[in-house]
Formats: sequence, structure tokens, C-alpha cells
Amino acid sequence: MTDVAIVSFAQTDHQRALPGINEVEMVQPVIQQALDGVGATISDIDFTCSGSSDYLAGQAFSFVMTLDAVGAWPPIAESHVEMDGAWALYEAWLKIQAGHADTALVYGYSKASPGDLPRVLSRELDPYYQGPLWPDSVAVAGLQARQMLDSAMITEAEMAEIAFRNRQSAANNPHAQLRGSAPVQELLAQDYLSNPLRKHDCPPITDGGCAIVLAAGDKAREWVDRPAWLRGIDHRIDSHNFGGRDLTVAPSIAIAAEKAGVSGDIDVAEVHAPFSHQEKIVITGLGLSDSVEVNPSGGALAANPMMAAGLVRLGEVARRIMSAEIDRGVAHATGGQLLQQNLVAVLEGE
Amino acid sequence: MAGSTDSQDLLRAPLTIEFGFSRTTGPVIGAFLTGLIEQRVLGIRDSAGRIVCPPVEYDSLTGEPITEMVEVGTEGVITSWSWVNTPREGQPVQEPHALALIRLDGADTAMMHLVAADSDDAVATGARVRIRWAAERTGQITDIECFELAEES
Repeated sequence: MTDVAIVSFAQTDHQRALPGINEVEMVQPVIQQALDGVGATISDIDFTCSGSSDYLAGQAFSFVMTLDAVGAWPPIAESHVEMDGAWALYEAWLKIQAGHADTALVYGYSKASPGDLPRVLSRELDPYYQGPLWPDSVAVAGLQARQMLDSAMITEAEMAEIAFRNRQSAANNPHAQLRGSAPVQELLAQDYLSNPLRKHDCPPITDGGCAIVLAAGDKAREWVDRPAWLRGIDHRIDSHNFGGRDLTVAPSIAIAAEKAGVSGDIDVAEVHAPFSHQEKIVITGLGLSDSVEVNPSGGALAANPMMAAGLVRLGEVARRIMSAEIDRGVAHATGGQLLQQNLVAVLEGE
Repeated sequence: MAGSTDSQDLLRAPLTIEFGFSRTTGPVIGAFLTGLIEQRVLGIRDSAGRIVCPPVEYDSLTGEPITEMVEVGTEGVITSWSWVNTPREGQPVQEPHALALIRLDGADTAMMHLVAADSDDAVATGARVRIRWAAERTGQITDIECFELAEES
């Protein structure tokens, strides 16, 4: 295996809506910032891979237009996933493992503000049995929360505490959209948005993106003093037949965690759990102990740029390793609804 | 950092987004959807002997194709639900309703669908529901207009 590290990370100041700029204008400064972080230009990058969604952009092959953010010259080798940028990072990691690249630029982005996001996300569902019902993503998440509540795996108060902790942590994150939270008792006094979910249980709707630079071996050491080495990375999927499986667990997370080597001392975990109850499923699946600090950034409950919020988790862990704040961390990204697809990575300093 | 132009000055135009295509539903999903026209609901037996409804083409444990279709009931129980205060365009019920997972009698897995009810107080996990059929049925999941609460038998 080739040693591969995250050597640079940049993200937008995530916001509810950026009506005055398009996706290219939104993500270009972030790509530039990630390259500047290691003093690189696009000529130094062997492979570029992005994650975005045509359904959010409202245009077929929208990622091709966004390539303008990388620059029209020189020609580049590039690819794209219609998934969170975390899976674009996985593809870039594979490209490096295959010996086809030593360096890679990865980015993910979306503007969710132009449409009705919970309705747009219904297009992620099974097109025969579920899609024609146009179930909104908040109500779908409620089905999972209800199963946890019914089986006493969580309480509404615990859900509020998770939301509170994440958003309070985000008070220290200048890029977060929701920074700080009302007290738990105040949260619980609110009406349901979509019983059993209250507004605080749901992620914000976000415009934003992020970019990461990957480098192999000596190139990584040349670029930064303390690369954030990807010691393990794996992704798995659970059935999309939500009525056919137990929604209170995500076996795919446990498998990905085992394959990625989640064990031993872990300082920080950044998990991609858009809804409050989902954090408990993710942490259980990862098998994390209580001593692990979870989501010092505030997680997806504090800023949820679709197609980027998972890649941000990798960046947040890597950033802390590169600054020597921590030695070892776990990053988790999810895709689809109800934690259907999951990616887990273990990152470590030298 | 990306700046934001005053949104008051922006030109705006509606954008209709549609990626239109037609699909062939095949022998399993197609059989289920065709059954709905006749007000019959079909499931399928998997390798563990469970009746999966709505039916899937491949066994969730072994990945092998499965083929034995089995008729199930048109009543069942709610196994999970959430309340939709604000119905969205396209949803078959345009009043506040429940989104639910419903395990039909004779099935071992649940179907996602809507439950018509006056309020969230009227809905509960374990409540019995029955199908309300659409007046015109064309072989789609919306041939089931929604479920409605059934009296306990």
C-alpha cells in the first residue's frame, strides 16, 4: 500500500443561501485556498475528483461547468462522483494506490438554497415504491427516529442534548452556519417540526463546499511538516429497502469501521450525522468509547452542505492532526438517507 | 471568501427540472404493480422464508434472484411513522398526514406509504391500517392512494 495523506483543507463559510453567486464562484476560492495551503498550482496535481449532484444544481452534467473553478488550462485528468466528496476522495485514494497519481485535488459542493431541499432529496429514494410518494427527507428521518424512540434506544431529551452539544461546539468554528444553541429545556419546549423531530433535530439547509489536497509518501512530507496519513479507509452500503431492515442500526458502519481499522486510541471523531438521533447510530456503529471527543466542529447539525459535509469531516480531522492538536482521529461520511451508505477513515500523524 | 450580491437586484426565472425517462419494471416489481390494478398486493418469499412486501428481485442476504410471489393482505400495522405538517407537491394526500412503514398481514417486512389521519394524536406504532385504493389504477404505487386507520378487530 502507498502511504497517502491529506495535506491541505479549505472550506467555505457555510451559509443558508448565497443567492448572488453560482457554484463556480462559490467553490473556486476554496480550491485556490487548498492549493495555496501547500504552495501548489493545478500543474502540481495529477488527478482531480469532485462530488456534487445534478439534482441540486438543476442541470445535467453540472460538474463539467464547475470545472471552470479549477481553471481551463492546463488540461487535467479528472473524475466525478454523484455523491459526497468523501467518495471522490476515496476514488482519488484508489488512483494513487493504483500508481496513476502521486497528488490529487478533491472537492465537494452544492447550493441547496434554490430548491425545496427535503422534496429534492426524495429523488434519492427507490423510484418504484417510494419516489412516487414524494416523501420529504425530514419525514423519512422521522421514521428512523421513531423506531429508536419506540425501542428505547434514545429519548427526545437525548436527541436535544446531541443537537445542543454539536451547535455549542460550532460556536468555536468560524465556518459553521449555526453557532450556538438554546438550552436543552428550551429546545424541548418547541413544537414538533415533523413528529417526532423538532427543528433542532434537523440539519440546516446550506450552500457551501470544501476542498482537500492528497499526496503520497515523500511528496506529502515535502509539502507539509505533519501530513494527516490515511491509515485506513473503507465504504459500505445497507439496503435501500427501508421497510426491510432495522433502521436503528447501520451494519455498514460497523463493517467499514472494522475494515478501516477503527480501534485503539482515538482523540477525535468527526461524524456525518445530519439528524440528531443518527449520531447515536453512527457512534455505536463505529464502536467509539465515551472518551472520544465527537464533532468538535459542530458536525452536520451546524452546517450541512450537501455533497460536501462528509468530506468536511475528513478535513476537520486532518486539520487537527496537521496542527499537532491531536494524533489520531476517525472521520465518517454518509450518503443517501437514513445512513444508507457509509465511509469511515482513520487518520494519524507521524 | 465568496461575497453575496444583494439578492434584491438579481434577475430570477423559474427552472423546471426534470430528468424524464421510462422504465421497464420487470417480472417482480412489474407483477406487484400490475397486481395493484386488481386491488391485490403481492410479496415475495426470500431465502429465509420471509415474505418481503413490496417484493424485491434479489435476496437481501444472499444476493440470489428470488421468484416465488405470495399474495398478502390489504390491512396491516404501522411499524414506524412520522407526521407531515406541510404536504408537498406530488404527495398523494394533500392534507397533513403521516408517512409510515406498514407491515401488511402475511408480510414480514414493511412498505413505505402515507396514512390519512386527523392529527398526529390519532397515529401510533402498532395501529392497524387498511388500504384506500385510488379510483383509477394504472399500475403504480400510487394506486394505493394512502392507508387509513382501521377499527381494532
